[in-house]
This record gives sequence, C-alpha cells and structure tokens, in this order.
Amino acid sequence: MAFLDRWFGRNKTKDEAKERLQLVLIHDRTDLAPELLEQLRAELIKVICNYLEVDDKKIELGLEREDRTVALVANIPVKNIKRYIPNAKNK
Amino acid sequence: MVARTIVITSGKGGVGKTTTTANLAVELAKIGKKVVAIDGDIGLRNLDVVMGLENRIVYTLVDVVEGACRLNQALVRDKRIENLYMLPAAQTRTKDAVTSEQMCEICSMLSDEFDFILIDSPAGIESGFRNAAAPAQEALVVTTPEVSAVRDADRIIGLLESMEKRGISLVINRLSPKMVKRGDMLDISDVVEILSINLIGIVPEDEAVITSTNRGEPLTFQAVGPAARAFSNLAKRILGEKVPFDELEHMNNKGILGHIKKLFGV
Ligand SMILES: Nc1ncnc2c1ncn2[C@@H]1O[C@H](COP(=O)(O)OP(=O)(O)O)[C@@H](O)[C@H]1O
Ligand SMILES: [Mg+2]
Repeated sequence: MAFLDRWFGRNKTKDEAKERLQLVLIHDRTDLAPELLEQLRAELIKVICNYLEVDDKKIELGLEREDRTVALVANIPVKNIKRYIPNAKNK
Repeated sequence: MVARTIVITSGKGGVGKTTTTANLAVELAKIGKKVVAIDGDIGLRNLDVVMGLENRIVYTLVDVVEGACRLNQALVRDKRIENLYMLPAAQTRTKDAVTSEQMCEICSMLSDEFDFILIDSPAGIESGFRNAAAPAQEALVVTTPEVSAVRDADRIIGLLESMEKRGISLVINRLSPKMVKRGDMLDISDVVEILSINLIGIVPEDEAVITSTNRGEPLTFQAVGPAARAFSNLAKRILGEKVPFDELEHMNNKGILGHIKKLFGV
C-alpha cells in the first residue's frame, strides 16, 4: 500500500529519515556530554527548592525513549511543601 | 599575505570531501586567489587523481616533514591555471607519519605565500582528522542528505567546536532535486535545522562530477553544469559575496520545462 500512502502524501521516507535522525542525535549528544544532564539536574533542583522540599539524593532524571518519542522523565520525591503566600516570592 | 586555512571534513567517507576540496581550489584560483590544496589523507591519497596531478608528484608532505626535501620541492604547480598548487600525501605511509604540530608548521610556512590553504581531511574522527583540522581556523563540513552522513556530520561539528574552530560551515552534497520533490530525500531545510550551522554550499548530484574525475580535470575547468555552478557559488560565498541559494531551481529549469520556457522566452 506504499503507493497509496504516497498518493495521499503520507509516509514520505524523508519524514522518517528526519524523525530517526532527530531521535538518534538526542542520544548521541547526551551520551557525548553527560554534563548537560548533570547541569540540568542541578538547576532543576534549585528551582524546585523554591517551592518544595525534596529529597535530592533520590531524584531520578533521564531521557527515556518510547517508540517514536524521547521524553525527559523525572522522579522527584517530595518531603514537604512550603506554605503558599499569594503575591510573595517564595524564598 | 596570511592565508585563510580551511579544513574540508565530514566524519563519514565518500560524501565528497576530496571533490569539494579540488573544485573549490580551482574556483578560488580562477577568481585570482593563490591557493594550495593539501591532501591530508595520508596512506589513501586521492586529491592528486581528482585534480589530475598524479603524474607530477615527486615528493610528498611526509618527505617535507622528514627533511628529505624542501617544502617548495613538494608543491605541485597546476599548469592549467595560474595560482593553483597541491601538496600531495604519501601513499605508502600511515597517518602516524605526521603529527598535528608538523601539519601546523607546514601551514604556517605556506601561510605567507598563499591566500588560501585548503586541507582535504580523511574520514573518521581519529588522528588523521585531528592532524588535518589542527592548522585550520575554519572548517567546511560536507554531508549528503542521508541519515548516516548527517549523524556523522553532527559528531564532527561537536569535535570542531571543542577544538575552538571559528567558522564552521555546511556543504550539502549530492542532493537530488527529483528525490527531494518526491519526498524521498531530506531537504536542505531539514539538514540545516538538524545540524543548526551556517549553510554555505549546495551541490546537486551531477554525473559530470564522475566524468570529470575520469579525465582528471576538476569540473570547474570546463564551463557550466549544476555541480560546477554550485562550486563556483561556494567559492564566492567563501569570499563573502551574497549569492542566493538557487542551485536547485537552476537545475530544475534545465529540464524539459526549462527548455520549453526558454523557447517561449519566459
Ligand atoms: N555531486 C556529486 N554528484 C555525483 N557524484 C559525486 C558528487 N560528489 C561526489 N561524487 C562522487 O562520490 C564519490 C566520493 O567522493 P569523494 O570526493 O572522493 O568523497 P570523500 O573524499 O568524502 O571520500 C566519488 O566517486 C565522486 O565522484
Ligand atoms: Mg577523500
């Protein structure tokens, strides 16, 4: 049925090529520079700590591949939540 | 004169580094620049046959490094065009015959004599690539619009960035307008989006590349044709001229439709 797909403008092999390239490069680039995820993790914790008290020893953070997408998956155990004061910067 | 030193590299083999080096060298010489093309692929030299200078080689880059001859003795002058020289690689040696420091030394000796030093890099990311890239301030990354070639180009761009090269530009080679139109080939915007570096050249798939290599005459010696035109545009862009990226449109106009259009003067 490939010809029908093509007829209707679907299943162009270039779209597949692009999608596969983008996925493989996400992995190549993070494999080559693990510092990138480390830095992201550190900054993420800093921001989260403005709002929540978290257990930073137990944080899991990573890229997970699922079929045709890559997701940034985080598991961050919360120990406590700050009291929310409207119109005030949580510090 | 202080030469602009440019490495032509790709990661993957067979994507058109040597073809680009040879034709760019000829184009720049045609414009009047004094150019030397260095074959950085020691042990697998090819630039000599692509440029058609294989019968004129006496000494090689390795002989210079080892003190067997002076640099000027190893330079092969192209008699067909003024201002064009080639420094051949040794065929019977391995990449370890030269170090990065020695490559830098040779280039600094050439730098006063030339406007451009083009270095044809071997495939791969090991010492051969590093030696070829070491003396260069700028880099042309050549890729074809295929998954494996673009992936390797991404790796090479990362390495060049970590070597702190200033100008890294992209040449997309062997683009087939027909396949792009059908949706069966990554197009220019896809590749540029994925690699996110400055595009400087688009070279269509062109049989003339092969026939001219058969003869040992870089394409750009003879006049026109889609790839020849593309290399001429590349040279102009390297010199800072703003040339529109119409390499593929031009090619399409050469088809039947183009001839009909011409007949009717539209
Ligand atoms: N634009 C093109 N159209 C047709 N053939 C090409 C084109 N560019 C390169 N080739 C062919 O592809 C092959 C590999 O090119 P080459 O320049 O030797 O690649 P590399 O130096 O990267 O290994 C050669 O046979 C060459 O003639
Ligand atoms: Mg080559």
